[in-house]
Amino acid sequence: MKAVKIIAIVLLVAFVGIQFMPVERNQSDGVPKTDFMLVNDVPSDIKNKLQVSCYDCHSNNTQYPWYNKVQPVAWFLEGHIKEGKAELNFNEWDSLSSRRKASKLRSIIKQIESGEMPMDSYTLIHKEAAFSEEEIQQVIKYMENLKDSL
Amino acid sequence: MKNLKKNIALMLLLAVSFSNAQEKEKMNHNHDKMMTMKGDTKSEAILSDYFNLKNALVTDDSKKAAELGAKLATSLKAFDKSKYKVEEQKELTDIIEDATEHAEHIAKSDIGHQREHFKTLSKDISDLIVITGTKSTLYKQFCPMYDGGSSWLSTSNQVRNPYYGSKMLKCGKVKETIN
Repeated sequence: MKAVKIIAIVLLVAFVGIQFMPVERNQSDGVPKTDFMLVNDVPSDIKNKLQVSCYDCHSNNTQYPWYNKVQPVAWFLEGHIKEGKAELNFNEWDSLSSRRKASKLRSIIKQIESGEMPMDSYTLIHKEAAFSEEEIQQVIKYMENLKDSL
Repeated sequence: MKNLKKNIALMLLLAVSFSNAQEKEKMNHNHDKMMTMKGDTKSEAILSDYFNLKNALVTDDSKKAAELGAKLATSLKAFDKSKYKVEEQKELTDIIEDATEHAEHIAKSDIGHQREHFKTLSKDISDLIVITGTKSTLYKQFCPMYDGGSSWLSTSNQVRNPYYGSKMLKCGKVKETIN
């Protein structure tokens, strides 16, 4: 029992300790003119869904609820934001050529269709990011139309 | 105290599952039009990597396809657009950039994803040879079943389907002969 106590204390100290490690926050002022929502006529419910479900990792601005500031959650998130933005940054949408947009839209559709995005590990702590079956169809339809209009 | 222990255990569990999740993821300078339309060594290298990649997908060999995806990405990056016309260069940059991204994804995906990316990659490569030309005779083949209809290029007029592999090896037809 004593050993358990010691381990618990060590872990607690470590847990508190890692809270003081510096983290890079994905935040910036204003939304660039190239943003997906600014250059496309996005219906408000889809706009909302994208903002909540995608923009945390696929834009220059992450919403940080308290649990996203707690380590090790913040580290986990930071890694995914970096990777997510490299794949697709909605803020820089209009800087892409039509070919690149079509490519990205194809990937967006596939990822949402297959349920790979948003990631399970993300929706686990961020319930409102999950897509309902209806939302999946709605967003896919919108993205398909956008792809065809390029 | 009991609550505290419970909390600590929970946090620990969380930490372990997150770190697990992260680990899981883990030449020829001829400006002559005739010459450029016959391809150059750089574009022929891209084509050769593309066909090897296609053959790996035909044989359902995901591991080999991944290696060849990486090789193709390297060949794409080595492409030299400087000898093409200014208005062609912009499109070439665009094509190469897009194709490189798909090749890089093929290098790190499972076979399902590799085939998805191969579809767009095939479009990029087709558009590329419209500009660069090629010295070989190529066949544009088409499978109406995969993802609403998908094309690919082959050096042979026999259909060997890279989107289905052994599942539907001969599904498709030759749609166009190039050169």
